[in-house]
Amino acid sequence: MTVGGRLTDQRIDASALIDEACAPEFGAVLLFLGIVRDVNDGRAVTGIEYSAYEAMAADQLDEIARQAAERFAPAHVVIVHRLGELALQEASVGIAVAHAHRDEAYDLSRWCLEELKRRVPIWKREHYVDGSREWVDPSAVPAGIRP
Amino acid sequence: MSVTLLLFASYADAFGTPSLSIDMPDDATVGDLLTEIARRPGAHMLPKMPLVAVNQRYAQASTRISSGDEVALIPPVAGG
Repeated sequence: MTVGGRLTDQRIDASALIDEACAPEFGAVLLFLGIVRDVNDGRAVTGIEYSAYEAMAADQLDEIARQAAERFAPAHVVIVHRLGELALQEASVGIAVAHAHRDEAYDLSRWCLEELKRRVPIWKREHYVDGSREWVDPSAVPAGIRP
Repeated sequence: MSVTLLLFASYADAFGTPSLSIDMPDDATVGDLLTEIARRPGAHMLPKMPLVAVNQRYAQASTRISSGDEVALIPPVAGG
């Protein structure tokens, strides 16, 4: 796949993702990985469970990759998002982009991630050290800045 | 007509089910559907204008629903 997006329940293979995006005409290749980190909003996190409206999410990921490739044409864009239970330091999302030049490659990678966060129907439930679990709502106003 | 409404993540938890079957008039819109479910137990967990997808595309309150459409209530997305 040189342009496209998909969901997976397998570990994201960074090297394979780069290979998918590479082509002889592209001198700048970038790989973005979103990684499960051990703290969020000051709470110690032990893992994250990802779920999705799978048919729509796969469609949206694919659409974002195609729109990005068209916007920055010529370019290759491959987006993979993982579902299921992820441990700390595992990759939840991988975005590989290839372009002739670095400026466009950086913009392209960023654009894909922002679009993904804005519109792909994927949800995450964080698991905390104390055994509790909570759905993450990025649209919620952080507690500290409530009026 | 009977519309099946898909629920996910925190919304599935709020309503205690991954889908609801809702009876609606034939010319109903997404807005009508939201009004209808506002009375159900768990609806207090929803924002005023939750995101709705019809046939896997984001829809507006004015979007008309037809029999057999796949309608889904989309909680705040959190991919990445």
